[in-house]
Amino acid sequence: MFELLGIAPQVLMGQLLLGLINGSFYAVLSLGLAVIFGLLNIINFAHGAQYMMGAFVAWMLLNYLGIGYWPALILAPLVVGATGVLLEKLALSRLYKLDHLYGLLLTFGVAVILQGFFRNYYGISGLPYQIPAAMAGGQNLGFMFLPNYRAWIVVASVIVCLGTWFMIEKTRLGAYLRAATENPALVGAFGINVPRMITLTYGFGAALAGFAGVLAAPIYAVNPNMGADMIIVVFAVVVIGGMGSIIGAIITGYGLGLVEGLTRVFYPEGSAVVIFVIMAIVLLVKPEGLFGRAA
Amino acid sequence: MKKALVLGGFVLAAMAASPVLAADINVKLGVLNDRSGVYADLSGEGSVVAARMAVDDFKAVDKGIKVEIISADHQNKPDIASNIARQWYDTDGVDAILDVPTSSAALAVAEITAKAGRVFINSGAASTDLTGAQCQPTTIHWTYDTAALANGTGKAVTEAGGKKWFFLTADYAFGHALERDTTKVVVANGGEVVGSVNVPFPATDFSSFLLQAQGSGANVIGLANAGGDTVNAIKQAAEFGITQAGQQLAALLMFVTDVHALGTQTAQGLNLTEAFYWDQNDATRAWSARFEKLHGSKPTMVQAGVYSGTMHYLRAIEAVGSTDSKKVIASMKANGFDDPLFGKGYVRGDGRAIHDMYLFEVKKPSESTGEWDLYKQISVIKGEDAFLPMMPQCDFTK
Amino acid sequence: MMALTKNQALEPAKQPSSIGMPLLHKVIFLVLLAFLLVLPFMVYPVFAMKVMCFALFAAAFNLLLGFGGLLSFGHAAYFGGASYIAAQAAKVWGFTPELAVLSGTLAAAVLGLVIGALSIRRQGIYFAMVTLAFAQMVYFFALQSDFTGGEDGIQSVPRGDLFGLVSLQDNISLYFFVLVITFGGILMLYRIVHSPFGQVLKAIRENEPRAISLGYQVNRYKLMVFTLSATFAGLAGATKSQVFQLASLTDVHWSMSGEVVLMTLLGGMGTIFGPLVGAAFIVSMQNYLATFGAWVTIIQGFAFVIGVLLFREGIIGVIARIIKRPL
Repeated sequence: MFELLGIAPQVLMGQLLLGLINGSFYAVLSLGLAVIFGLLNIINFAHGAQYMMGAFVAWMLLNYLGIGYWPALILAPLVVGATGVLLEKLALSRLYKLDHLYGLLLTFGVAVILQGFFRNYYGISGLPYQIPAAMAGGQNLGFMFLPNYRAWIVVASVIVCLGTWFMIEKTRLGAYLRAATENPALVGAFGINVPRMITLTYGFGAALAGFAGVLAAPIYAVNPNMGADMIIVVFAVVVIGGMGSIIGAIITGYGLGLVEGLTRVFYPEGSAVVIFVIMAIVLLVKPEGLFGRAA
Repeated sequence: MKKALVLGGFVLAAMAASPVLAADINVKLGVLNDRSGVYADLSGEGSVVAARMAVDDFKAVDKGIKVEIISADHQNKPDIASNIARQWYDTDGVDAILDVPTSSAALAVAEITAKAGRVFINSGAASTDLTGAQCQPTTIHWTYDTAALANGTGKAVTEAGGKKWFFLTADYAFGHALERDTTKVVVANGGEVVGSVNVPFPATDFSSFLLQAQGSGANVIGLANAGGDTVNAIKQAAEFGITQAGQQLAALLMFVTDVHALGTQTAQGLNLTEAFYWDQNDATRAWSARFEKLHGSKPTMVQAGVYSGTMHYLRAIEAVGSTDSKKVIASMKANGFDDPLFGKGYVRGDGRAIHDMYLFEVKKPSESTGEWDLYKQISVIKGEDAFLPMMPQCDFTK
Repeated sequence: MMALTKNQALEPAKQPSSIGMPLLHKVIFLVLLAFLLVLPFMVYPVFAMKVMCFALFAAAFNLLLGFGGLLSFGHAAYFGGASYIAAQAAKVWGFTPELAVLSGTLAAAVLGLVIGALSIRRQGIYFAMVTLAFAQMVYFFALQSDFTGGEDGIQSVPRGDLFGLVSLQDNISLYFFVLVITFGGILMLYRIVHSPFGQVLKAIRENEPRAISLGYQVNRYKLMVFTLSATFAGLAGATKSQVFQLASLTDVHWSMSGEVVLMTLLGGMGTIFGPLVGAAFIVSMQNYLATFGAWVTIIQGFAFVIGVLLFREGIIGVIARIIKRPL
């Protein structure tokens, strides 16, 4: 068997697969960010907090109402999306004509408030959430033990990503959306309620974050800071993919998961910074991002 | 213990000279800890509650000692901690700072305390440097340190047959210190370390590192990390069937709040070392019940340590009849303590509080009868065995 | 101290310059100076020094954002980088405080020049992201290299003797050292903004293609303002390390880059006094609300949201609009 830099191919396979799983989270989260940025021109810093909310809502559904994982997978994103709609209506909608910076600052403030509230009521150490019974256990792939739930993450994220991409790029609704970002006045003139469409888009983006949060709840610690560490990396993913590019966010999400996975084998200390190195290189060589349209 | 007695005689003579009359003494205590970050649950407001309970239980008012407690959030940042500590000493007239989790913040506060000539009773931080490389005559380190954790969990696991270790180490000074101290204990007990991986801090996904640990041929995976990192690593180890495949986890620093967050389903069977657990005896149960009424959760060892340390500090103030830090610290080091939470113990010349540590095992879900019924005690580690020996240059009683 | 000598050298040059300081600004600067002279006797000096360091940091950042029109999301790299170098210089190399601050500032200047040269080729959000990426690398370096002491940082930096003569152990004497540096630094930034160079910057910010067509080497100007901004940010960071006797990861973390954006915007970007007010506001809030524990972050979050929704021009921006004078 050939070895690459002293790492057995089985190990490498395992690490690549894990990278892909992590990439699934990046993909779903950066997809939400890209949808919001692409259609609203808002850099949604609250995305990490919304991801955290998704996980917390899943926990609340289980502990207060006895609603399990599978319904929560639908319900929690709806709840998070609804709060997103509210936020858009009350605050964000006032900022569209301004610089991106203000949207970023506002959502940053919102993220801080949300984290603060959850910290005050639920503490910081986190809450337990079990893997759903149907997904317990795992498969022995020969080169590694793959928990069923991790496999499910990949499947679920691919479905959601492709579905979103299809909806925006291939359906009539998506066409309206894209048109509305180019020329809202014209689209409005066709009798389409543009503000409502934009509100719903933000809600959808937030719901995607909430969905990722529910996916994460059984395997990562459910705590108020879980999104704060994630957001800056996901930003980088979106930038590398090309701001606002849906397909770019998806592919880059998976791709960077793989790169990060490899870094964890060869230079584990560097795995937290590798994404930023890539971001710097990409921006210097191809500033519009890997999949972005040239500005 | 012997040393404490000898010193006791020495200071008793000094004490006789100072009148211990109930002239009003004003004491201001500052609880400086994490109130919004990763250590907010294990220290935070709970430590303030514990300090207040100590003041009440000490019946300070009846003894003519007026105690005021203030608190602040250092956000686990050394610069914020040092800023607050300076201000407390320079303008607010704080006599002693309590708690201070996060080693970097604690080391900063230790130095400022020494310069200001006040008292620092640390409960929350883990670094052995507080009473070692960076020891100060004004520092008292109460609850635990990395060496005690290593001597507890590391030794127990190695002796029980876990001879080949692989470390998942949080890539910062605390993680490295914990790995270093545990490695010593493992090797001294006939084990070996087959590898380690430095994990960026903080991290959410440990699967890749766990897989590396799995491939290393080790039979123990030592988690040299804390808080959310430990919780995540254990959660994912269960998911990847690491323990079912025959490898054992050793969580080197874990608090009861972490175990609570994991749930017994995931955490069962883990060995861990703590200085205090609420369900140890009638006294701890009674105290913890009162604490829970005030704070809403069971106390951690850090919070219990704040209580115990504050108690000992107030006793010393009563004994010397003033808040003069030199006299108070001399009295604290000269007289042993015996309180309901930490039992019998004493403070060494370098400021290290010596008391027993306990090795616990997390209960199975079937054994646990309540939300906080989490541990069963495996063994007691005598204080003298738990902590590092004193460095000669740090013995400030000489 | 270098700041003072340089500043004195600048003063005479002011007269022949066609753009003198308007009376209003002169008055404000004088009142501010008078206030700062008595401040250490009214509030805790270390707190006042912290405010001044952050005021200089925000003012330096404002030079780039408010006057250069470039949003950097990585200014912590220069602030924190300089603070590490200054701490190292004072503690390990045994430099006197003024030399320690100077070496930190120089390091930030070099870092700013290198990163700036690479970053200014990009615009808008891409520029912000490149600077963020480089700042993350600086953070990574600070985390990994030995001399920075990991998350403990460089602690117990001696306060030393100014020029080897005047002890700065005392908070009040240190305060005046810091006052000279930060006030001098802010005056220098004022001069830069109101110099011909500043005017060109303004032209570039307003209409870059036109500036190019007028024959200005736009990138050279951008690089210059970037380096200057990084240098002054470094001056602030280096001074802070002497005040707190400590350099830590907090100063290089990306949230520090975010904090300075917040200070500048809250005070009023593109105004002279806005960043100073913003810095004072944020630092005071962190200081005086510290006892509220976890609620501090919530209050801060609301301050953000309300600020963005209602006071977008920032505190000073609003005042300037009301009195119809640039501030």
